[in-house]
Amino acid sequence: MTAARLIGDGRAGGAAPPGGVRGALIVARFSLRESLRRRVFVVVGLLTFVFLALYGLATWQAFKAADDFTGATEAGVEADVVVGATLAGLAMFAILFLGTILAVFLTLGAVRGDAERGLLQPLLVRPLPRRTLLLGRWLGATAVCAPYVVVVALGAFLITDALGGWWPDRLVGPLLALALGVAIIAALSLAGSIALASTANGIAVFMLFGAGLTAGLLGQIAEAIGSDSLDDIARVATWALPFEALYQAGLAELTVDTVGFTRLAIDLGPFGGAESGGAGLWLWSLAYLAAVGAVAVAAFARRDL
Amino acid sequence: MPAALSVMGLRKAYGSVQALRGIDLEVAAGELFGLLGPNGAGKSTLVKIACGLVRPSAGAVDVCGSPAGSAAAHAQLGYLAELFRFPDWCTADELLGLHQELIGSAGGVAERRELLALVELGDVPGRRVGAMSKGMQQRLGLAQALVGAPRLLLLDEPTSALDPAGRRTVRQLLERLRERGVSVLFNSHLLSEVELVCDRVAIIDGGEVVAAGTPAELSRAGGVEVETAAGVRTFRDATRDDAPRIVRELVAAGEDVYGVRALSSNLEDAYLEAVGRAPAAGAEDASEAPADAADGAAGRGADEADEAA
Repeated sequence: MTAARLIGDGRAGGAAPPGGVRGALIVARFSLRESLRRRVFVVVGLLTFVFLALYGLATWQAFKAADDFTGATEAGVEADVVVGATLAGLAMFAILFLGTILAVFLTLGAVRGDAERGLLQPLLVRPLPRRTLLLGRWLGATAVCAPYVVVVALGAFLITDALGGWWPDRLVGPLLALALGVAIIAALSLAGSIALASTANGIAVFMLFGAGLTAGLLGQIAEAIGSDSLDDIARVATWALPFEALYQAGLAELTVDTVGFTRLAIDLGPFGGAESGGAGLWLWSLAYLAAVGAVAVAAFARRDL
Repeated sequence: MPAALSVMGLRKAYGSVQALRGIDLEVAAGELFGLLGPNGAGKSTLVKIACGLVRPSAGAVDVCGSPAGSAAAHAQLGYLAELFRFPDWCTADELLGLHQELIGSAGGVAERRELLALVELGDVPGRRVGAMSKGMQQRLGLAQALVGAPRLLLLDEPTSALDPAGRRTVRQLLERLRERGVSVLFNSHLLSEVELVCDRVAIIDGGEVVAAGTPAELSRAGGVEVETAAGVRTFRDATRDDAPRIVRELVAAGEDVYGVRALSSNLEDAYLEAVGRAPAAGAEDASEAPADAADGAAGRGADEADEAA
């Protein structure tokens, strides 16, 4: 039997085991294949279509109502810009939420959950460093979530443009902010999966998301009442949860060139308190991502399975 | 050539619980080594440390000369966990393909086909794991452990979900692996399985090796039983070689002898004695006992150990 050639001949392998990046790509590809096979893309695609259809309906109605409202124009406010920017800002929040759901559900049981089910051990006895497995799982989740939020946000902007003639002042910044935001959430969820059971981890990450949302609302309130202290608290909180700071930065860039009374009117909506954060925010977000990764790697290395 | 597995002074504590209290053992190249012990004895912990899944508190474990947990050690071993699961969405072929990639095996389709054929899954390479019975999944687990032609196989209860035919397939597979120089650490509650295939056995209890040796060494002589007109007399310290002398002496003393049996303890007796649950009086099996009877006895022994643990 030919099996004798391959079985038990005392030679492991035949080719070199994969290195760090190659190993991570193997794991990421397997994770993506799982998403595909479990029809994650089909379900998400269908529901996203429903979301965009509802968004389109709301946009159509909102611009129609804005056309009937002449008071704004007389006051020097471009109603179409206010409506378009407000709708796009709200869509960005909804898209960040959808991206968060995807990121969390793709990673919440990646370590402890998979270990408890016995899925992880067969992989980790291969010459695959634990950090490589984590990197692969993160890449797999981010490869789904980041393009998802970019495509859906782009779709929302196109709908807004088609139905109301509004287009964001900046495009790349907001899209990248959303993508990096969900990448950070995926990393937090993956890190949480090392210590927490799946359900507890899911709850924890959504509570963090809620905390970020609260920080954003605090910023809006601070802007409305002109409180510097509250503004400082909101800023620290959003930077501590940089996915929120990135969302705020993306939001700010949507209308970065808008000025005058239209600017004032926009700031009364979800844009109140939104600020770009500048290059510092991007560097901080990348450093934050690296720090979460380092903590996750250190914790995973110490974990008995 | 370094030992396939070398365990030196291995200790592991989970908080205040001492799971392993200084284990020393060695599995030579091509050796089939059985690990026995009641639940909670530390067998799985030992195997997991050898796989690099659990960190030892003290001591050292080397796999083919490389520290356990290192990439070099991982490249030399195959592992089947007691409680394992494979992604239910992927097929048998895809699963083996993933493990080929992870270990860097160049075996390709040919290796996958041969491994599946070896565990009698050759006709279902495209079947999803979720559509397989537990026994099929366990056989797939064995095939997975063999990807990349490992030098050391660590098998934690590899036959627990198999029917008798499946267990025989695994036994035959293990024997073939031994012929090819592959070392196997075989952790099982099925004492009869271990007795049938293992070259050496270690019995662990309370995190310590309480007995070790070949199955024959552990299954030592248990005396000679002689049936006379006065009843059955047992000579505990006698061996089979002493039987003719005992009969001669009894006949010379005027007794009528109707039957003689050389007794030997089996691995189950040795196991129960080693873990502090000595077999009941008269429970010794005669050396001539058929294999089926020995299987049944071993199975009962395992059940008793489970319950006790």
